[in-house]
Amino acid sequence: MKRRTLLASAATALGLTLSGTAWAEGMDKVKACFVYVGPIGDGGWTYQHDQGRLAVIEKFGDKVDASTYQESVPEGADAERVLTQMALGGCNIIFTTSFGYMDATNAVAKKFPNVKFEHATGFKREAPNVSTYNARFYEGRAVEGLIAGRMTKSNKIGYIGSFPIPEVVMGINAYYLNAKKVNPDVELTVVWAYTWFDPAKEADAAKAMIEQGVDVIASHTDSTAPLAEAAKSNGAVIGFGQASDMAEYKPSPRVTSIIDNWGPYYIDRVGALLDGTYEQADVWAGIKGGEVLIGEITEAVPAEVKAEAEKLRDDIASGAYHPFTGPINKQDGSPWLAEGQTAPDGDLLGMNFYVEGISGDIPQ
Amino acid sequence: MDFYGINPAVLIASLMVASVPIMLAAIGELVVEKAGVLNLGVEGMMIMGAVCGFITAVHTGSPWAGFLGGAAGAMAISLIFALLTQVFLANQVATGLAMTLFGLGLSSLMGQGYNGIKPPAMADVPLGPLEDIPFIGRAFLSHDAMVYVSILIVAGVWAVLKYSRVGLILRAVGENHDAAHALGYKVRRIRVLAILFGAAMAGLGGAYVSLVRVPQWTDGITAGAGWIALAIVVFASWKPWRVLIGAYLFGGITVLQLNLQAAGARIPVEYLSMSPYLITILVLVIMSSGKGRAGLNAPAALGQNFHASR
Repeated sequence: MKRRTLLASAATALGLTLSGTAWAEGMDKVKACFVYVGPIGDGGWTYQHDQGRLAVIEKFGDKVDASTYQESVPEGADAERVLTQMALGGCNIIFTTSFGYMDATNAVAKKFPNVKFEHATGFKREAPNVSTYNARFYEGRAVEGLIAGRMTKSNKIGYIGSFPIPEVVMGINAYYLNAKKVNPDVELTVVWAYTWFDPAKEADAAKAMIEQGVDVIASHTDSTAPLAEAAKSNGAVIGFGQASDMAEYKPSPRVTSIIDNWGPYYIDRVGALLDGTYEQADVWAGIKGGEVLIGEITEAVPAEVKAEAEKLRDDIASGAYHPFTGPINKQDGSPWLAEGQTAPDGDLLGMNFYVEGISGDIPQ
Repeated sequence: MDFYGINPAVLIASLMVASVPIMLAAIGELVVEKAGVLNLGVEGMMIMGAVCGFITAVHTGSPWAGFLGGAAGAMAISLIFALLTQVFLANQVATGLAMTLFGLGLSSLMGQGYNGIKPPAMADVPLGPLEDIPFIGRAFLSHDAMVYVSILIVAGVWAVLKYSRVGLILRAVGENHDAAHALGYKVRRIRVLAILFGAAMAGLGGAYVSLVRVPQWTDGITAGAGWIALAIVVFASWKPWRVLIGAYLFGGITVLQLNLQAAGARIPVEYLSMSPYLITILVLVIMSSGKGRAGLNAPAALGQNFHASR
């Protein structure tokens, strides 16, 4: 304990001198570190963050050391330990890439005021050195919802939820609303897997829904397992690439995908640290900002549906359409958005209710 | 015949499939522990089985070759464990944990470039008209061969342990290795063979995950199944048929809670998810509070290293 305190204070002292001079004017070399919730080989969420890390290396070359990352870090006490170790190990900026690292990130950030922390998908910025960044995945969910509503034959569409957090609830609502818009008969089945990454369980969740007659499955978990399960149906069930393109399941069951594109943001932040323009931030970009890409819509989707989906994508990008546009009621029938009103960001970030028409409860 | 909108036949069918990997790994570990060796590397061996099985199946085009490859891969890594614990007398707990970490890392390395490839499909056993029997056909008779093979393996292990000389020697080694040694049995050799058997089973279980259950390779695909297998061995109090029950219980509840959700049943799923673990704790409490032969039944020499000089 004593040695750790000593190390911490040494690191703080070192950081202080750096911040006094270097940060104002930029740095010669930045060490950027990454904490991942799954393995890089998940082919989804973590893989995309690692692509962002590689983009940083490609962009800055010798001026950045982004070789430090830790895979499969549990969300909990372990995260704090990993973060402390990274901060002590000389990282200048640490990207924590899962919602569950929120409290750990803020706790460690207070101990290391001279290390910059970037927390993905969170909302707490309790110290001046914590920034948050997120992507408007719900915009992609809207496009998926439209395709789901048009493509379903059983009028039953499914969504594999990971954990009942606003990020996921938001996705469910966007998916449902935009499916309902084109197909009023559509019914949504939600299954909570309580994991971000467990291929066998994700496949079981998909299987359970398929047995209930669901024929379009969107997933909010990280692996390609739901698509592998859908592939067993020989084209009767379709799904979407999640986080990564998952192109290996083209043209069906993967008919399109939401691709997380973190590279530009990571380059921007590391670049700001290098040239001294770094400031605390709360970034939430979507299709427009290029953080959310819609993967190629395959030939398994009829041309007119494809055109409709692409138009929706472009309308969202241009701002002509917001996936949450009133009138929308909450599940219990109470009004949320009035006619023509669009959802304020605050409502979305704290979203803990289903919209009207979805059955079932959000586990609390 | 539905309850909560779930067809029980379909539920039984899915739980039989979902339980295969943990059942195989657990029955293998049971044999290892019966021989007095505690191998905590089940997760590592499973994932090695998953990746080796996947690679073999992809290159040969045969799922059966894949299962053999998976078993071989897991046995290869377990030889390191056998060398360290049986020859160099390293601590079994620490070595087993190291094997898990090593297996996870090595499998990730070996699996590079195999993401997104589809393995050859495993066909269901053609049982002809039997599959059309209402309920029974759908629930029990429409599976791939490994489902039945795994049950046969459990039966085989039970018969060998209970009725054969080999089983008796194995148990003797696990209960009191000094006495077994004095009788002239090769303790070390028997234990190495048990470890290899356990590894082969874990490898088969792992290969089942990557070839049948989720036909793909993804890093960390077994996601903790090996640890559940270890828990099942304790839950089963080292009895083969209870391993079968334990595997169905653990696998079944996962499937059940997902199916309940999909069917829209309003049941708090988080309680259902934790129930197998609660039951394990409960079983442990009941067993350890019982007197005499209802006691824990753990092999007496479990986890102890053996050296002939003692």
